[in-house]
Amino acid sequence: MFSNKYILLYAAATVVLVAFALTLVAVQLKPYQEKNIRIEKIQNILASVNITSSKKDAEELYKKYITKTIVINSEGKEIDSIDAFKIDLAVELKKPIEKRLLPIFICTQDNGEKNYSVPLRGKGLWGPIWGYISFKNDFNTISGAIFDHKSETPGLGAEINTQKFQKQFFQKNIFDNKGNFVSVKALKNMSIKDSHTVDAISGGTITSNGLNQMLFDCLKMYEKYFKQKAK
Amino acid sequence: MNQEKRESLFSKKYLKLLKKPLNLNNPISVQVLGICSALAVTVQMKPAIVMALSVTVVTGFSCLIISSIRNTIAPNIRIIVQLMVVAALVIIVDQILKAFVYDVSKKLSVYVGLIITNCIILGRVEAFAMGNKPWASFIDGIGNGFGYGLVLIIVSFFRELLGSGKILGHQVIPKALYNAGYINNGLMILPPMALIIIGVIIWIQRSKNPELIDKG
Repeated sequence: MFSNKYILLYAAATVVLVAFALTLVAVQLKPYQEKNIRIEKIQNILASVNITSSKKDAEELYKKYITKTIVINSEGKEIDSIDAFKIDLAVELKKPIEKRLLPIFICTQDNGEKNYSVPLRGKGLWGPIWGYISFKNDFNTISGAIFDHKSETPGLGAEINTQKFQKQFFQKNIFDNKGNFVSVKALKNMSIKDSHTVDAISGGTITSNGLNQMLFDCLKMYEKYFKQKAK
Repeated sequence: MNQEKRESLFSKKYLKLLKKPLNLNNPISVQVLGICSALAVTVQMKPAIVMALSVTVVTGFSCLIISSIRNTIAPNIRIIVQLMVVAALVIIVDQILKAFVYDVSKKLSVYVGLIITNCIILGRVEAFAMGNKPWASFIDGIGNGFGYGLVLIIVSFFRELLGSGKILGHQVIPKALYNAGYINNGLMILPPMALIIIGVIIWIQRSKNPELIDKG
């Protein structure tokens, strides 16, 4: 039989051994994992300004096209000395609105046109949804949008990450004729066809509503800055 | 009888350990273990294959490790030690997936972590590895992993083919068929369909192997 002392020592030794092995693995693999997350973010930003990239050329294309990044606060003031790329919107959204840091990624296309891409984050039906949306230099017309989700229903809400849905946002406006912020909404059966609505996904009503809320809330934070710049 | 010959590493006995879980003692269709993850990760073939490999590696090595230290484990803490080994291996697998096949690891999401609770592993460790030699246990673990993986791959093949018209992400159902009015079956990508396919597999398997049919 095993004595109590043996059992305690045995348990302690195994724990230490396993902890050591896991730490070793985690430390060794961390650079690779961080690179993956970075590349994914880059690919999303590039996709929102309509540049397709592969895992290999993402870094290169990012350097080439994203010519400037800025960080602003909700008052629309630019804040220096913070790397826009390192800002995690999920963290920022937990802060009170006046303390939030909001990144903008400025892309210069081959023809010299500038697009301004901003991150989005909100709630879907089952979990978080997020994306990037980019604007032309009138800070009103959408030039591209990309959405993704953690666990929306396949075939229904999960369709927000398809090109078919995302393409609808192209050329839509977030300000109305009088210059008031109205955002863009995905609506059922498209009863109102104007430049602020797109066709929602049938069967994905709650995801669509979450998406509308996300667009409204996130873009609202940029409203002041966009208005200043558009003048 | 002291000339106990060393058995070759792939003797009949070991091959049987490897083959039995593929059919007659399949963890999913006969032992009915590990159904939960089989429903969740079989929408597409690629994640299913990665999951199958992960489970095989974890079962194989946890059986090997537990079996090699089985005589030192005090019976009253054996489950704790078993779980610790399994959990450590699963975390290592998860970290490796995150580092090298990031997109697949995102699709598998929590199910990699849930390998720890996969009954197949603890079942094999407790029932086999605690009482057998390391090599036999390793083969048994790998065999059960394959048995699990086999079902996963069959299920995901049908679900991806009929649900999205693709195999391993390549379109196989021609455009002409869609133009002629064919539509992907949306039900295929929802979990209930996995259960139905597993049911069909069990049905076919039992009709071919009458010894599996419960008497009563």
